[in-house]
Amino acid sequence: MLFQLEGSQAVARAVALCRPKTVCAYPITPQTHIVEGLGELVRSGKLTDCEYINVESEMAALSVAIGSETAGVRSYTATSSQGLLYMMEAVYNASGMELPIVMTLGNRAIGAPINIWNDHTDAMSVRDAGWIMLFAETNQEAVDLHIQAFKIAEKVKCPVMVCVDGFILTHAYERVDLPTQEEVDDFLPPYDPHISLDPKNPKAIGTMVPPGYFMEVRCLAHKKQIDALNVVECVGNKFKEKFGRDSGGLVREYNLEKAETVIVTMGSVAGTIKDTIDELNQKGGKYGVLSIVSYRPFPAEAIRKALKKAKKVIVLEKAFAVGIGGILFQEISLALKNTKTEVKSVVAGLGGRAITSDMIKEYLNHKNHDDMVFLGLNKEVIERECRLLDKGSCDCKSSF
Amino acid sequence: MSNSTIGSRLSKKKNSVQSHYDRPNTLSSGHRACQGCGEALAARCAIDAAYHATKGNIAIVNATGCLEVFSCVFPENAWNVPWMHSLFGNAPAVATGMAAAMRAQGKNVRIIAQGGDGGTTDIGMGTLSGMFERNDDVLYICYDNQAYMNTGVQRSSATPILARTATTLPNAVYAGNEVGTGKNVPEIAIAHRIPYVATASIANIKDLEEKVAKAINIRGAKYVHIHVPCPLGWGYPTSETIKVARAAVECGMFPLFEAEHGKVVGSTPIENVKPVEEYLRLQRRFAHLFSKNANPQAVEELQKIASANIEKYKLSGGIANV
Ligand SMILES: Cc1ncc(C[n+]2csc(CCOP(=O)(O)OP(=O)(O)O)c2C)c(N)n1
Ligand code: SF4
Ligand SMILES: [Mg+2]
Repeated sequence: MLFQLEGSQAVARAVALCRPKTVCAYPITPQTHIVEGLGELVRSGKLTDCEYINVESEMAALSVAIGSETAGVRSYTATSSQGLLYMMEAVYNASGMELPIVMTLGNRAIGAPINIWNDHTDAMSVRDAGWIMLFAETNQEAVDLHIQAFKIAEKVKCPVMVCVDGFILTHAYERVDLPTQEEVDDFLPPYDPHISLDPKNPKAIGTMVPPGYFMEVRCLAHKKQIDALNVVECVGNKFKEKFGRDSGGLVREYNLEKAETVIVTMGSVAGTIKDTIDELNQKGGKYGVLSIVSYRPFPAEAIRKALKKAKKVIVLEKAFAVGIGGILFQEISLALKNTKTEVKSVVAGLGGRAITSDMIKEYLNHKNHDDMVFLGLNKEVIERECRLLDKGSCDCKSSF
Repeated sequence: MSNSTIGSRLSKKKNSVQSHYDRPNTLSSGHRACQGCGEALAARCAIDAAYHATKGNIAIVNATGCLEVFSCVFPENAWNVPWMHSLFGNAPAVATGMAAAMRAQGKNVRIIAQGGDGGTTDIGMGTLSGMFERNDDVLYICYDNQAYMNTGVQRSSATPILARTATTLPNAVYAGNEVGTGKNVPEIAIAHRIPYVATASIANIKDLEEKVAKAINIRGAKYVHIHVPCPLGWGYPTSETIKVARAAVECGMFPLFEAEHGKVVGSTPIENVKPVEEYLRLQRRFAHLFSKNANPQAVEELQKIASANIEKYKLSGGIANV
């Protein structure tokens, strides 16, 4: 059924349709409306058989989910930015213990300087934590990916993080198609826990693992993630069969057949890029877009296949690693090693800086991309500050 | 049937769970604790008592620390009950989740969270206070050996003043752990007005068992704080764990009491109050207080704490209850 909903409310209602038995989160902008929405659904009796728990910190929020999932029930939490860092220890713990928790990450920058607006630095800070990470482009995708996330998590025995751009999606009112309870029940059967704390069959979970076993545990976690590529794809196909929407899978291709230059990106900015290249392509441009839906596991093979015909690939991302540069850029470069494709890095939208069509056009028309690694930068400020640096001897020509 | 030790002379009702021939043995032998470990002994007694009182319907989450490490190194496991370990500072929150999950499934499994003093009074304090404040249906047991033993005896907020630890080494300037520091978590628990708070000692196993058995069947948040000497960290022969534990109780350094809904409702009187010095002299961690150049005022500082406990919890004179 179609609704005009705020992204957060849409996510809350999608999560409720998945019938979690515990919901526990801690307020942080821009994720807050999601858990407020779920709280309301529980209190008003619209989401039944669900324990809604208010806790004192994000560390507690994910820990509650760890406890409830281990005790055998479907569990959900959500956070953003600083909250994700505050629960970091538990993030690794949840995946290490193979707990199929689903968490929404309302993507936001990380401080200092404190900033509540959108970028992907938070998600990138946990990219090696062993979670499956899915990125939504629209609110409809956010809804659909949450329903798929529980299925994927429980099938793979691995927590899943659904990344939803803060404000741009979480606070945007859009038309979304919410499936009915019957449809979701049919797609997502009741949780059948693979571990649980049962007095009749006592087991120890989370024991110390000495060097003689640890490498194997890690290696198997990796293998499991690689296998999960199939699961993510397969669940996406099943979802499409049932609901008619192609909103899961590993990557999303746009106009790749004819494209010579492909912009690779993640999340909501793909929409702006598609609009921009539509305009350019009408005037004879040869551009395409590849969105990464499944960032972890990383679909290197699918990416290689999708970019087979591309001469140039521009990786536009909302995060970067200080001291080295674009993160997705490095991973795409790795996926394309031994090919002739030229790969360029562009970092954009940090801390909520707008990414406009004009900026993208300017970038695409610019002769030397390496001159514009940071999109929409106030160069005057950078140059002035660089002059003030150590003896004014900064050579800032190259990277800005 | 009771066994043939001293337990057989008591009425059946008064037998401790430990003295019974079919004690649950929830923490089985063969684990890796040091010889004479007070924490291992207390954990077995406490969890056996909880098991006994619930017909085995318990599940445990353990904070990181000696107890977790010595009982459970893959592929070995000394626990005969459902047990999990997540992190150092989150056991109370994990327990909240476990309790919620049991409730959601309509299962009557009683939830226990447990940890050392570091896991409880320091890094776990936030999640512990949250669990108390929400009055979650969890029994939290703190095994207080008064330092971070698992990492090699560093100071915690439960380390007594003037004690020697690896991070409060006494020297010409310092006399051990700083006077005027420390945190009293049983009192903090009481301030949360939770249904039940108790302290216990492995020198009084029957009392310990009764408190745990009572606590486990109360709905809401419960806290039991157990004094557990550590031969390695405190520096005494491994055969003297109970002796040291008893000395702490008998001088008033570790008062035994119970509190309900924010009020102290009873305490265990000391028949014959001993000077603190007798307790201190048993342990190498206080040895510097009795060296040639020691300041006699130091022992006095510790005596003040014990005397204040005796007054506050009305421990002298052999009269029970407050
Ligand atoms: C976040 C974190 N910080 C530090 C540690 C290291 N660590 C493990 S156990 C421990 C000390 C445990 O002390 P306590 O809780 O008193 O238990 P004990 O070993 O004394 O029984 C420390 C510091 C850790 N595991 N996790
Ligand atoms: S160090 Fe202390 S607490 Fe740890 S196992 Fe040894 S005796 Fe027990
Ligand atoms: Mg300790």
